[in-house]
Amino acid sequence: MNQAQSTGKRSVGKNTEHESAIKHVTGRAHYIDDIPEVQGTLHVAVGMSPYAKATITSMDLSKVRQAKGIVDVITADDVPGSTDVGAVYAGDQLLSSVSLEFAGQAIFAVAANSLDEAKRAVLLAEIEYEIGEPILCIKDAFKQSEFLLPTRQYRLGDAEAALANAPLRLKGEQLIRGQEHFYLEGQIAMAIPGEDGGVYVHSSTQHPTEGQKLIAKVLGIDQNLVQVETRRMGGGFGGKETQAAPLACLAALFAVRTGHAVKYRMPRQDDMVQTGKRHDFWNRYDCSFEADGQLLGVKMQLAGLCGCTADLSEGIVDRAMFHADNAYFLNNAEITGYRCKTNTVSNTAFRGFGGPQGMMLAESMMDDIARHLGLDPLDVRNTNLYGEGRSETPYHQQVEQHVIADLMQELETTSQYRQRREAIKTFNAEDGQFRKGLALTPVKFGISFTATHLNQAGALVHVYTDGSILVNHGGTEMGQGLHTKICQVVAEAFGVRLDSIRISASRTDKVANTSPTAASAGTDLNGMAALDAVDQIKIRMAGFLAEHFNVSADEIKFADDQVKAGVETLTFVEAVQLSYLNRVQLWSSGFYKTPDIHFDKEAGSGAPFYYFAHGAAVSEVVVDTLTGEYRVSQVDILQDVGDSINPAIDIGQIEGGFVQGMGWLTTEELLWDDRGRLISNSPANYKIPTAYDVPDAFNVRLYDRANHKPTIYRSKAVGEPPLMLAISVWCALRDACASVADYQFNPLVNAPATPEQVYYAIQSAKRFTKRVIKGGTLLNTPGEGQ
Amino acid sequence: MFINNQMFDLDSALLAPTETVLQFLRRHGLTGTKEGCASGDCGACTVMVGAVVAGEIEYRTINACIAPIGQYVDQHLVTVEGLENDAGLHPAQQAMVACHASQCGFCTPGFVMSLAAMVEQPPQSIDADSVRQGISGNLCRCTGYRPIVEAGIRALKAASPGIVRKQSGEAALNSLSASQSGSVLRPKNLIDLNLSLDEALDKAQGVKLIAGGTDLMLEVTQRYQQFPLIDVTGVQEMQVLGHDDLVTNIGAAVSYSKLEAFLNQRSPETVKLLHRLGSRQIRNVGTLGGNLANGSPIADMPPILMVWDAVVNIGSTTRPIRQVTIGDFYQGYRQTVLGENEYIIGVSIPNASIARFHRFYKNSKRIEDDISSVMGAFSFQLEEGVISAARVAFGGMAATPVRLEAVEVILVGQTLSHHLIDSAASLADDLLKPMTDVRASADYRSAMALQMLVKALRQLSGEPLIDITELDIAPVEKVIS
Repeated sequence: MNQAQSTGKRSVGKNTEHESAIKHVTGRAHYIDDIPEVQGTLHVAVGMSPYAKATITSMDLSKVRQAKGIVDVITADDVPGSTDVGAVYAGDQLLSSVSLEFAGQAIFAVAANSLDEAKRAVLLAEIEYEIGEPILCIKDAFKQSEFLLPTRQYRLGDAEAALANAPLRLKGEQLIRGQEHFYLEGQIAMAIPGEDGGVYVHSSTQHPTEGQKLIAKVLGIDQNLVQVETRRMGGGFGGKETQAAPLACLAALFAVRTGHAVKYRMPRQDDMVQTGKRHDFWNRYDCSFEADGQLLGVKMQLAGLCGCTADLSEGIVDRAMFHADNAYFLNNAEITGYRCKTNTVSNTAFRGFGGPQGMMLAESMMDDIARHLGLDPLDVRNTNLYGEGRSETPYHQQVEQHVIADLMQELETTSQYRQRREAIKTFNAEDGQFRKGLALTPVKFGISFTATHLNQAGALVHVYTDGSILVNHGGTEMGQGLHTKICQVVAEAFGVRLDSIRISASRTDKVANTSPTAASAGTDLNGMAALDAVDQIKIRMAGFLAEHFNVSADEIKFADDQVKAGVETLTFVEAVQLSYLNRVQLWSSGFYKTPDIHFDKEAGSGAPFYYFAHGAAVSEVVVDTLTGEYRVSQVDILQDVGDSINPAIDIGQIEGGFVQGMGWLTTEELLWDDRGRLISNSPANYKIPTAYDVPDAFNVRLYDRANHKPTIYRSKAVGEPPLMLAISVWCALRDACASVADYQFNPLVNAPATPEQVYYAIQSAKRFTKRVIKGGTLLNTPGEGQ
Repeated sequence: MFINNQMFDLDSALLAPTETVLQFLRRHGLTGTKEGCASGDCGACTVMVGAVVAGEIEYRTINACIAPIGQYVDQHLVTVEGLENDAGLHPAQQAMVACHASQCGFCTPGFVMSLAAMVEQPPQSIDADSVRQGISGNLCRCTGYRPIVEAGIRALKAASPGIVRKQSGEAALNSLSASQSGSVLRPKNLIDLNLSLDEALDKAQGVKLIAGGTDLMLEVTQRYQQFPLIDVTGVQEMQVLGHDDLVTNIGAAVSYSKLEAFLNQRSPETVKLLHRLGSRQIRNVGTLGGNLANGSPIADMPPILMVWDAVVNIGSTTRPIRQVTIGDFYQGYRQTVLGENEYIIGVSIPNASIARFHRFYKNSKRIEDDISSVMGAFSFQLEEGVISAARVAFGGMAATPVRLEAVEVILVGQTLSHHLIDSAASLADDLLKPMTDVRASADYRSAMALQMLVKALRQLSGEPLIDITELDIAPVEKVIS
């Protein structure tokens, strides 16, 4: 009933400030480390494996136990329930006393009077190891068929036949490194022991329910004895979906054992070493196409580096496969996804969840085809876009809403892509010290958890007798503005002032069995659940008021802080109080499950996504050919967010996602030494973008089109899709490198494209000479010269 | 010490000498200041400190996570909790809210403090560049910075300078006059320093001299070490900054921010380089003396001092002051000539050396606030087309900063030519044997070092080569078609 009243909205569609904005700027927003510690609070540190693969032959912790300030020391043997804290598949060990699978794996844990004492004590452990031979590199794992989970394939048409006998055929590959989340607030949990062996845990997590489940499993108690609360995170980005739980479990275990409150806050370096990151991918394609660049068929192989356990890698490699087409109709396709096991930290969710790595292959393929044919890459992209009659994805879902061509056309015009392309060609023809590059790339991102059961949400709405409203829902706030948007939704639905709505911390004892706040689906799912709760309250109030004022229920209107019952007008508060006195239930739960979605994992077929979110970006770069150093000089973005619930928040997500993606593809380089120890283990040697890296010319606009699906106020998800707009930066850098060979050569630019990578790409372009092979096909092998 | 609007009585006996400002604040319930990294890299802990200079309080930003509280007992410490007044939010806070510049909010107090410090003492021009300078030490992972830069411009335009000074600085000024003792020894001159150092060495091993502490304090926050500290920032001989007819003297404890202002006219090249050394917060406390004394092979200043023929003035508790040329100062990887009871007083640089043509280049993964992969410094004198003096030095290419005298020899007395440049580069290539590490590969380092040498010589010959950082990347106005 609210969807219909979409005109003249008072709260939805407004640039409302973040619900915590004033608390943020004054320092009054509490993060877990800011909660006043009760007396006797203990602090946790863990002893970590120094080796990537080893077996423990002996362990003596007596010096650790005797160290100053130490209250408790535990190993896996002290865990009363299960030590396995795997999210989907078993394998992730809370503590491991025998077999070690990555450098940084937790062996034992201590609780001490201070963090310093805990950290100093763990260094005193005397442990002997039998050191094994680790597998550290994705290609080694692939060649040795070290796969954690079965390999899957999606097939559309007959790729084999389309490749055979094709006059124009091209192959390429790329290596894409992972990414450290670098949420500014490191991982943290604080546990307070309760009655009957239970525990209350503050956890900085995107998934309180999973924390609750795993704490209960580790402690060997029922879930109803465990409460997990999350008021806000200082950033999550996927890094607090599964990775937060081990901290919560250890803090809870120590709390129950000692009777003290226990805080486990990971220092930054431990966080970088011990928690999972974005998956590295090794991608290959083999494609055939027409003279205008239109794809005839393609085989793609996507190998994700999962690390030592499965964690969420099944879904992550799936999502890479779901997005290897990006916005392009592949015609005939065979997409294969491998889940490689290495002796490195288990990689995990990170904004985009494999999607970005899949899209990178599609976009580099478009560029390769274009340069091979001497065409503008934008023309090849446009030629291959999904459209009417070309709408079947490799997993057999139909693309229903065709907006990407129009969106790209609009961006091409407003960004003056064609004029700038000409200007850049002229500039580059001067062959000076600097080269410029330009790229316009699209994003089509599927919205819904691909694990269909997760697409459900609950909410709890209370209307109090003073007219104030308290909302609780299954989602968590990590900065994305979810709580702000939910407040707007509830205010709009009740027709009341925004400041009469409050959202309380996410808690497992208020809304049960919640899904993680992930997959960009927070507002879609929880907004609808909150609306359902509001609707139920309104129906009850309307039913009573209709009877009371002797009008029909559809004559009851909630608007402008008033409730109209026919000719009668009450303030909202009066209506609430009257309802209360007449014993109307003024609180309600609400529930939502996404309709119409299904997927058969084995068959690789179905409709896993409720809809797609679209966007496109144009990036321009300038590269110093002497050093490989570069700067991004202009970015123009057009993003499809449906009917925005809060344009300011959406633009914030787009800008922030873009810059985070840019960091992934440019300066953020994860490196391990030859023994498998992370050497980019602090912000001193792992470089996320600074303000300097963002151009002044950074133009972001929202594409004006409602969602064709009946989502919450016809909005679209916005959390993840913009990250992939940054692929335009990587493509522009490669474009600048290719200009050195007059755009006739496709240089290998592995990601991240650090200045060093760009320098060697330029060197390879300088060495390029055209080679003609039999049949007249030009085949320039990416990577030549390195 | 004076924190925000009130005097705090420090019980120094309860303070560990290495307790940081951040730990102290949070222990006392001032939790608005956050720990993001505890290594001075992210700026979430940024606070303002006001020191009395000639009867007035001057404010600057520091990273509270690596600043020992004992160094700041006589200063006015301003945190995010101390910006509001009865009239409401500080203009920096207002602008951050109005521009939607916070998302997760964890970095926000640090940004607010950096912006508030700019409002306190505004830059010469109010634009995006100057705001970016002010927030160069603050990382945000959510917003992409655009709204924060916008908030900075908005706050600077809306506010008049000296808000904190008027609000609480004057009260602080009155209260701070009674000097406080802290947990860190703070000698005022070399005689005091010698006494303190002698006594400390007798009492305990491992006493450390600290100035900015931007490197030393990582031993505390990353490796959980503890040691007694002697703060040298108050030693007047180490705060010397000036020149006579022949020599420029820079005290060991002079901050980079002061050095930037001092060299603004005489060596814009140095100022340009300093803008890429650390961040504003780091440069506000980091010192030349610290950069030398820690012996790092990738320090940015030693190559510059090498091509400027600098001499290091070394003091001691037992010996008279001695002078060591910068080339002799380094003995090996993280080893210097400094003995246990020795310290750097400052460096002396011949004015004539500074006056020569010089170029300093830095290569790093990220342009701002990153440690160099390669640092190159070059100084030449050209007389009637002939090179009469040459200095070539590199950081990041060996176990210590290195000067390539053999390359200098083949340049001196020669006329600039492509052939000469090639010969110099070829010789440098033979001499440099860098290593591969987290910052760059050995091959890339070599390529960059040679490229820097070639570029400096080509610039000497008058070629208009520039750094990418100097390139104007503002987009051309849109053509209305």
